[in-house]
Amino acid sequence: MLQGKTAIITGVTRGIGKKIAEVYAKNHATLILNAREHTKVEKLAQKLRDEYNVEVIAFTFDITNSDEVKKAFQNLFKTVKKVDILVNNAGILEGSLLGMIGQNMIEKTYATNVYSIYDISQYAIRMMQRNKSGSIINMTSIMGVMGAEGQAVYSGSKAAVIGITKSMSKELASSNIRVNAIAPGFIDTDMIKELTDVKYEERLASIKMGRVGKTEDVANTALYLASELSSYVTGQVIGVDGGMVI
Amino acid sequence: MTNNKKLVNVFIDALAVEAEVVTDNLQYNSIAEWDSVAHMALIAQLEEVFDVMLDTDDIIDMSSPLKAKTILTKYGVSF
Repeated sequence: MLQGKTAIITGVTRGIGKKIAEVYAKNHATLILNAREHTKVEKLAQKLRDEYNVEVIAFTFDITNSDEVKKAFQNLFKTVKKVDILVNNAGILEGSLLGMIGQNMIEKTYATNVYSIYDISQYAIRMMQRNKSGSIINMTSIMGVMGAEGQAVYSGSKAAVIGITKSMSKELASSNIRVNAIAPGFIDTDMIKELTDVKYEERLASIKMGRVGKTEDVANTALYLASELSSYVTGQVIGVDGGMVI
Repeated sequence: MTNNKKLVNVFIDALAVEAEVVTDNLQYNSIAEWDSVAHMALIAQLEEVFDVMLDTDDIIDMSSPLKAKTILTKYGVSF
């Protein structure tokens, strides 16, 4: 489904990002995989090359460091002239009740979840405009849509992602670059392993479909948005949450 | 074709203006044709023609053809 397409995916060493990389590789995309730790990215890259016989480039840099982003893209540009798909997946989640939210936590969360999207997208867009086509997929969250107790910072950052997505979609539509967001609900990743049993059961009870989401559920939506199947879809936020209510 | 001529041609094409409008000191936003939308089209064409990827700060700073030459020189383009 992605034959001949080149995709950049951020935050690929675990969870949803890793699964998106696998699903895209299975669908024959050329991959440019980002995370901070080169050894982990290269390990995944090699696995995908071996299993799916696709070209995979390890694209190692800290997304919160503008200088690193700039250098990484300028180096990438020497060998790769076009990009078709960008998945802004990397993100962090730290919860804290009101009254105990520190400035550090706010800055760290927004640097990772929000500012990096501006930085990375502005470079990737110029590599898409050369082809007059592209698809950008921003990872938001059900908490960005609905809000959640103890998550004022994370929810705020993910709500910002929705605003950015909608604005970018309007600005880039004339260049045939589509911009959409995915809002996962309660997905089986390392993040939920940190919850207490009580909290886990509470969250599970709030999901109408009665099961925790799988990373494949999100990755398959990311595949749809990257592919021509969604060629007339832009500015949308697609919930992948099994009917979760929070 | 010289790089200077290539640069002028990009400005003519991206801004949709006559050749005589493109002088070294033509300023961004000083004519209706060079607005922010045209600026990004200009950047895309400059990157294509000179095979470079510009830093975001350089895109913001590119306020005239003269400034464009200064910036492109940093990327190894000679005028």
